[in-house]
Amino acid sequence: MQTKENIYSLLSEIPDPEIPVISIVELGVIRDVKFSDNKTIEVTITPTYSGCPAMKQMEDDVRKKLLENGFETVKINLVYNPAWTTDWLSEEAKLKLQKYGIAPPEESTSDKSFLTGKTKSITCPRCKSTKTRLVSQFGSTACKALYKCDDCLEAFDYFKCI
Amino acid sequence: MKDELFNYTLRLGDTSVILAQRLSEWTGHGPFLEEDLALTNIALDIFGRGKALLEYAAKTEGKGRTEDDLAFFRNDREYFNALITEQPNGDYAKTIIRQALIDCFDLAFYTELAKSKDETLAGIAAKSMKEITYHKRHSFSWVNRFGNGTEESFNRLQKGLNEIWPYAGELFEMNEVDALLIKEGVAVDLSTLKANWEKEISQLLAKANLVAPEGTYVQTGSRKGLHGEHLSYILAEMQSLPRMHPTAKW
Repeated sequence: MQTKENIYSLLSEIPDPEIPVISIVELGVIRDVKFSDNKTIEVTITPTYSGCPAMKQMEDDVRKKLLENGFETVKINLVYNPAWTTDWLSEEAKLKLQKYGIAPPEESTSDKSFLTGKTKSITCPRCKSTKTRLVSQFGSTACKALYKCDDCLEAFDYFKCI
Repeated sequence: MKDELFNYTLRLGDTSVILAQRLSEWTGHGPFLEEDLALTNIALDIFGRGKALLEYAAKTEGKGRTEDDLAFFRNDREYFNALITEQPNGDYAKTIIRQALIDCFDLAFYTELAKSKDETLAGIAAKSMKEITYHKRHSFSWVNRFGNGTEESFNRLQKGLNEIWPYAGELFEMNEVDALLIKEGVAVDLSTLKANWEKEISQLLAKANLVAPEGTYVQTGSRKGLHGEHLSYILAEMQSLPRMHPTAKW
């Protein structure tokens, strides 16, 4: 009989399709796993962004992984509530993002600065300078904003707080 | 109540899909790269919301239709999108002012809908309101920049506002569907949102030196499936491929 930990460690092998350094478990999109025998399993996932084009890929990857590991029927439920938040990213995942060149979310969504739109200064993931500026609220994927570092002059992605 | 919920969800889904379709016309044509990306990202968020809403509408209807059937195989008279969303993009200033008027409404609307007794609508709304916070920040900051930019940017923004303004009032219209669903705790009473929207928009316009046109006639009709000529052209473009190849998969 599989255990819940086993299933989670299997799912941890699946990388985020757009940011392959973190797994879909670290990203926080896997909300629940239910199974009563070793044949049928139900996985509940939530989208990061409403229009995230990677969701379909994640569904396919989860299904494939579980079918390869002995399950015969895999049901995937998509839920919107509670809505995904960057607060669910683990500290370890944030560190991995930074090493990959993406500045992790600097604050929690409950911070006042998030609500008022006056974001804290973002640290450049390359040279660690805080002399950075926002180029655009919208970046290469739905979850990122585009920043530029005034010290090393490199542009970088910021995983925005949502 | 099932018919009303279907109609209500369809209305919200159609409004999202048509706006997203309009915004995505800018893909590859934005004034510069970052803005091109920004508007494409915003369109994508709104498409995602539209897909979720149409999926739920199809499920509510219970006749075996899917969200794709609803999006691609209905004609203009069966669409309930707000008229403001089908208006042509015009120049970038007009697109931005239209977006600002809609974002201001949408943020208040989805924040309220997140409290709905219908769990699916509440879930979709809770997700959307976070995204709209970013959209609104984007459109509001551009209205401010265009309004306080050059004479040219100001004139274009004012012209865009004059053209789009008569379509804004319809966002607050309600009918018997709303009345029933408000009683059930499902729908949002739009009359409660109006005063704050007017206040926020008048502050935004004042900051950008804009003047809202006075005494204009409020365009209406979408709640009954009545549209201007523009919707048919959008649908023709959006639906031609699935209608030509209805069994195609991609």
